Amino acid sequence: MNRIKQKLQEDHKLLSIYFTAGYPSLDDTVPIIEALEHAGVDMIEIGLPFSDPLADGPTIQESSTAALQNGMTTALLFEQLKDIREKVTLPLIIMGYFNPVLQYGVEAFCKKCQKIGIDGLILPDLPFDVYQEEYEVIFEKYGLLNTFLITPQTSDARIRKIDNASDGFIYMVSSASTTGAKSGFGTAQQGYFDRIASLKLKNPQIIGFGISNAATFQAATAKAKGAIIGSAFIKHLTQNGTATITEFVKGIR
Amino acid sequence: MSYHANERGYYGEFGGAYIPEMLYPNCEELRQNYIRIMEEPAFQEEFQQLLKDYVGRPTPLYFAERLSEKYNTKIYLKREDLCHTGAHKVNNTIGQILMAKKLGKNRIIAETGAGQHGVATATVCALMGIECVVYMGEIDIARQAPNVARMKMLGAEVRAAKSGSRTLKDATNEAIRDWINNPVNTHYIIGSVVGPHPYPDMVARFQSVISEEVKSQLQEKEGRKNPDYVVACVGGGSNAAGIYYHYLDTPEVGIIAVEAAGKGIHSGESAATSALGKVGIIHGSKTLLMQTGDGQITEPYSISAGLDYPGVGPMHAHLFRSGRGEFLSITDDEAMTAGLELSQMEGIIPAIETSHAFAIFDYKKFEKDNVVVVNLSGRGDKDLQTYIDYFKL
Repeated sequence: MNRIKQKLQEDHKLLSIYFTAGYPSLDDTVPIIEALEHAGVDMIEIGLPFSDPLADGPTIQESSTAALQNGMTTALLFEQLKDIREKVTLPLIIMGYFNPVLQYGVEAFCKKCQKIGIDGLILPDLPFDVYQEEYEVIFEKYGLLNTFLITPQTSDARIRKIDNASDGFIYMVSSASTTGAKSGFGTAQQGYFDRIASLKLKNPQIIGFGISNAATFQAATAKAKGAIIGSAFIKHLTQNGTATITEFVKGIR
Repeated sequence: MSYHANERGYYGEFGGAYIPEMLYPNCEELRQNYIRIMEEPAFQEEFQQLLKDYVGRPTPLYFAERLSEKYNTKIYLKREDLCHTGAHKVNNTIGQILMAKKLGKNRIIAETGAGQHGVATATVCALMGIECVVYMGEIDIARQAPNVARMKMLGAEVRAAKSGSRTLKDATNEAIRDWINNPVNTHYIIGSVVGPHPYPDMVARFQSVISEEVKSQLQEKEGRKNPDYVVACVGGGSNAAGIYYHYLDTPEVGIIAVEAAGKGIHSGESAATSALGKVGIIHGSKTLLMQTGDGQITEPYSISAGLDYPGVGPMHAHLFRSGRGEFLSITDDEAMTAGLELSQMEGIIPAIETSHAFAIFDYKKFEKDNVVVVNLSGRGDKDLQTYIDYFKL
């Protein structure tokens, strides 16, 4: 069984961490993954850096630019990850924009992911209908889960459609925004969290965008299955390097 | 077979809407309504009235006698340089501001490179009394000071795009990020036939007034609606889309697209997307774009800021790939020389973008009785400093 699906069956709230591959230093990718597993996170999203990350706020933009300047490429990321399954067992997801995947070749990319032991992909700018028509067959052939996003503006009808097409979890974007920490969740977010919970979707939801600390993690997971932290973790790496990852994770839960 | 967009926004294999879910409701609202709104009689009436009384349309179709004589063919100039604000850009911003009002939006955002689209957007926002934020790359702000001042004088807020390469593509990224953060009250006025569906088709429709006028004007002057060729410079491609629009599916009309070769196609400093680009995704559209083998979008170069875009509209990618359009590329030097020639032979100082289109006459030979319509997309006032520096005037 796919490691993501297995993880989703565990009876506790999940903490997923996003980081940009090749940041702060080019060779930090594998040590960060190992440190996150040792710190007890449930899932990791490995960010494949892109020159034009239009859904991201300044923190992830800057880490992406730095990673590319450090020399990160798709081929190099795969090379860094080639023995990762000898080191960690937690679910690994690659998250990035569609163009680098398209240039690598969607099938070649998926095949490589399967070989390495990647469990799923999140490609926010690969639209749902194009995925279903052109790429779902390939993802399934290589055992990769594809995760779709929903936002506070997504209609109930479209959420149902996405739920039906999903097989794993739904990535719930917490607010109408790009990535990066806000000062917490207001009544609008609570209303949105309640609305989604009341839809009783078949796929569990994991909330991302705007989760930065224990308080926002708890608020996000009150109704959802888990939460994703990205920008706050990258800021931590920028300020403290890779040595204190455990302390960061312990501070969340 | 048609060279127009299909209902899903594809021109052949190009186009579509490769957008994150955060943008889906905005684009979907527009997609579901744009054609209906544009076809409403009340909308058309207001749009046409503003084009006539405010923009100054129809723009003349001028027979360039001396240029025709020199190149031994019949050259007509479609005088978009005479539009209010100095370029064709305003046709689209007038259309989109009316669209935004119909959709109940009370805030406008736009991206701009050289500042022409930013000025055209700030202008219509002032006209309608609507809040306007224009994103512009930090580097472009520094090198296009007069247009920055114009936008400010028109009441717009100019925000610096400080990410990435700090030019047009990054200004576009910032505008898209703003739209993600303000999905309900804001309309994004994209300045070219780029971006996710329905933008390329919507902008092309607003610019189609250019070829619509050419048809009746040519009928009057030549007794025929169709020229032998239509010629335009292509950055993103909005002025080109406008002059091609009513001829796309008329095969006897040749389509010529002129891209900026910068310092030479293989110099590493070029913006000739058809020659250098590969299929990929930029700003929500599947099209040809300049990128590394790894799929990172690269920075183009042209002396003309308006052609300095790493992608090209999906309509043009399809015209190129299908062979319907003939694509030529012109270097900085060739364009500057052609701009000087037009100034001194016809008394018209063109924008440097437009100068590229005039440089083809040294390379492409036409028959004596061919009717060649060149879209004179903008005037050169904004480029005076570049001309001064280049020619040491």
